[in-house]
Amino acid sequence: MKTINIKIIRDLKSMRGQVIAIGFVIVAGVSVYVTMTSVSNTLQRTLQLYYAEYAFADGFASIRRAPNAAGERLREIAGINEVETRVSAIVNLEIADFADPVMGLIVSLPEEGRPQLNRLYMRQGRMPDPEREGEAALHEAFARAHGLEPGDQLSAVIGGRRRALTVVGIALSPEFLYQVQPGSLFPDPERFGVLWMSRGGLEAAYGMTGAFNDVSFTLAPGASVRDVLDRVDLLLRPYGGQGAYARADHMSHSLISEELNQLEAVAFLLPLIMLSVAAFLLNIVVARLITLQREQIAVLKAFGYSDLAVATHYVKMVLVVAVFGALAGTALAVWMGSALAELYLEYFHFPFLDHRLDATVVVTAVALAGGAAVVGAALSARRALSLAPAEAMRPAPPPSYRTTLLERFGLRKHFDQSTRIILRNIERQWLKASITVLGIAAACGILVMGLFWGDAFRHIVRIQFGIAQREDLTVTFTEPTSASAIHELAALPGVHYAEPFRIFAVRLKNGHRWYDAAIEGIPVEAYLRRVIDPSLKPVQIPAHGLMLTTTLAEILDVRPGEQLAVEVMTGRRYERSVVVSGVAEQFLGVGAYMSLDAANRLAGDGDAVSGAYLLIDSRYEQQLNRALQDRPRVASITARDRMVESYMSVAAETLLVFTVILSLFAGVIALGVIYNSVRISLSERDRELASMRVLGFTRGEVSYILLGETALLVLAAIPVGLAIGAGLSALSAQSLQTEMYRIPVVLTRGTFALSAAVVLVSTLLSTVLVRRRLHRLDLIGVLKTRE
Amino acid sequence: MSANRSETVFRARGLTKVYTMGEVEVHALRGIDLDLYAGELVVLLGASGSGKSTLVNILGGLDTATAGNVFYHGTDLTRAGDRELTEYRRHNVGFVFQFYNLIPSLTALENVALVTEIAERPMSPREALQLVGLGPRAEHFPSQLSGGEQQRVAIARAIAKRPQVLLCDEPTGALDSQTGIVVLEALERVNRELGTTTVIITHNVVQGEIAERIIHLKDGQITETQRNEQRRAPGELTW
Repeated sequence: MKTINIKIIRDLKSMRGQVIAIGFVIVAGVSVYVTMTSVSNTLQRTLQLYYAEYAFADGFASIRRAPNAAGERLREIAGINEVETRVSAIVNLEIADFADPVMGLIVSLPEEGRPQLNRLYMRQGRMPDPEREGEAALHEAFARAHGLEPGDQLSAVIGGRRRALTVVGIALSPEFLYQVQPGSLFPDPERFGVLWMSRGGLEAAYGMTGAFNDVSFTLAPGASVRDVLDRVDLLLRPYGGQGAYARADHMSHSLISEELNQLEAVAFLLPLIMLSVAAFLLNIVVARLITLQREQIAVLKAFGYSDLAVATHYVKMVLVVAVFGALAGTALAVWMGSALAELYLEYFHFPFLDHRLDATVVVTAVALAGGAAVVGAALSARRALSLAPAEAMRPAPPPSYRTTLLERFGLRKHFDQSTRIILRNIERQWLKASITVLGIAAACGILVMGLFWGDAFRHIVRIQFGIAQREDLTVTFTEPTSASAIHELAALPGVHYAEPFRIFAVRLKNGHRWYDAAIEGIPVEAYLRRVIDPSLKPVQIPAHGLMLTTTLAEILDVRPGEQLAVEVMTGRRYERSVVVSGVAEQFLGVGAYMSLDAANRLAGDGDAVSGAYLLIDSRYEQQLNRALQDRPRVASITARDRMVESYMSVAAETLLVFTVILSLFAGVIALGVIYNSVRISLSERDRELASMRVLGFTRGEVSYILLGETALLVLAAIPVGLAIGAGLSALSAQSLQTEMYRIPVVLTRGTFALSAAVVLVSTLLSTVLVRRRLHRLDLIGVLKTRE
Repeated sequence: MSANRSETVFRARGLTKVYTMGEVEVHALRGIDLDLYAGELVVLLGASGSGKSTLVNILGGLDTATAGNVFYHGTDLTRAGDRELTEYRRHNVGFVFQFYNLIPSLTALENVALVTEIAERPMSPREALQLVGLGPRAEHFPSQLSGGEQQRVAIARAIAKRPQVLLCDEPTGALDSQTGIVVLEALERVNRELGTTTVIITHNVVQGEIAERIIHLKDGQITETQRNEQRRAPGELTW
């Protein structure tokens, strides 16, 4: 090895504390980048492969009942490639030893051959045999939640009759990557599952012989999605078509797309912050090193090393740190990536996940880390270049100081000498001090953002399930029912109160903007299901007009007082103009609300209800569930507590992982910045501090000067960091919110306190690390050498 | 303020110091016996490596001896810990160094105030600066002062707490002779007017002529102690 390169290794070794601290920041940045990017790539790749091989459809539609001939006509629409009609139904399931109501979505399989679209991936067992009755394949998530295996039995109420089903296979489908009950946002695989059965039996049970109620299709290359959907709609309208929609609006697909977008946003933002911090740290460390090695540089130049050789020497030094950091970060990412992929597999049911590290991702990561390091070091190395050898041989001139602004404003007499030293040092190197403050603030901000998600989710639960949805159980009927059914429900043992609701599918239109939603009618004096205004107060639903959730009003671009065209999508389709009477706040999902009477007038089929919200005595819950399940008109029973649970378990686990990772990384940044800042201050001031020790200052008094400066910077950084955190939180809420989630920017005092505490602990830790050196100051050596 | 001239300030017996420099043992002091009396001005003469700095560092509580004892007014400094030595330096010793060791971010006045703020019965910083003839330069930062001026600020800083002893390690080492004389005049004046026991280390034989006693060191031992009957004023010296 060349001698000058040996110097690199020795220099790095002598600065190992700082090198390790910076290395960790690089490791953090690179590992986040590589993990997120490679998992994002993996999911994209797997998704495309899965969709292609298992023929995920491009468009979908539900119909009340359409003859098979209509299916044939769909095939003739220009732009449509393949069409597959099916029969599907929501059913009540009963599983041995599981008391809660369980819902199932049964999807038909063709009598002959396998499905052409939305094919099944058989994890276990086989497809149901059309020749045998009562055979079903179960979605893997549902089967796993109940420990069901091929050969096991469960029963289902199909077409009003209880039937025993035999599990013959465990399957997955590109249609149900995210297995969630229609109308719900969160998976609850214990209480909702998808089943596949042969079409014959279903046709008979639901009066669908020679007909279908569900269709999927693929598009020909180059076809206009909008045109095709319009034609499909037109064709299916007479049969009770509920509006065709494209893949982009498919629940499972849109949720995973959103997840991928979020992943990409995080994969960009976090590493950017971390690598900037690393660049800054390398900049100050190299700057200090060049000051300390001024004479060595002079000697190197005097003996004929070129300017370029000397500059390259320092750049190489940081590259060593960057490359090692990047490699360690990549190694960490291999482990983190498979853990994250594992986490995704819990919610997104892929049959396989081809997780591997792309060479391009690794090369990009190394290049980014190296680039950040070189940029950081180059600014300092330039100074080494500009130094003439003879000048470099002489000691650097004493630094010039002046009284600080604060002192000139007459505060001078209030500061003792030690405090003046602190203030003047900060003011003299104000740029470095500001960037240090910014670095610490960035760490603090990342923490706030990490914790913000928990705050937001708890806030959503508090508002959504504490103010808006206060029912214990939601019961829906198979079809609109006479209002007297509510009295029947209210009379059941254990029911304190029953509140009716009416819900139906509509297409809301404002000019060229439109949105498929459901209108929910609730009583004017609603007690259980309430609409809340943007200030989070419950409001009475107006007797006339439509209240839209904020997101929906934004999508449709309407304001209260304006008219909206409402196309009723149930049965006979027709359009009415309805006034928007107000805007409602709702964090989960979008919605449109009307008074029960107004809703019924709009739906046009008299005084009907779709279901009821119940307030119950929890001691009767099991008994009540059984009583309700036995009623053929009851389509579903949902417990609010289960909803909150499933919501929290999805949110909580993912959040915990992200919060822990973010906190860890923010801690690493805080530690890296603070430790380096203190170490460099110590290196710049060891002579000064040793002199003071000689003059009779105690270790504590000397520590005050060094650590007081750091403390001041940290104290300045915390409020800045909290502000940055609030900004980052708002930014991430904005960029990650979707139609399904509206994310309120709420930050609790606890979040701020915890973020500040982590920064303070990092400061304390850095202080402890540096204090040892402070105690070993060489009192004699310092007096014998010139500056 | 005049001290009792017969009072012993330092009593060193068998003082030995061995350094380990890497893998080599260096015997810096080899059994020094020495008494220093209140109010006297002593010059320690010797070539570099003779052990004079080591001796002064031990007397000043910056370093500890390997063997032997040194008593300061009856207190055994060789048995003191870091805390006691810090206290000792804080209240009893003034130091002047070859390279001044001023705090660059503090003005001349503040550099002196740095020490008076932690002393028990100091003079005012301004008074100390006047004593070394720097009254008008009080508000200047070190970077705005010449070498001689910086060294005089260092002297003012050392004497402002009215120390019992003033230890000066090559105080003129970094200065030209003319400036060096101004610095020596300041030291001599402090010794005369305040009665501070003053030890000046130098390798410059001529400077010995301002002392009451001249102690010669060589290879870690005292080779000669010489009483100077004809003290000269610093202004009369040339080198």
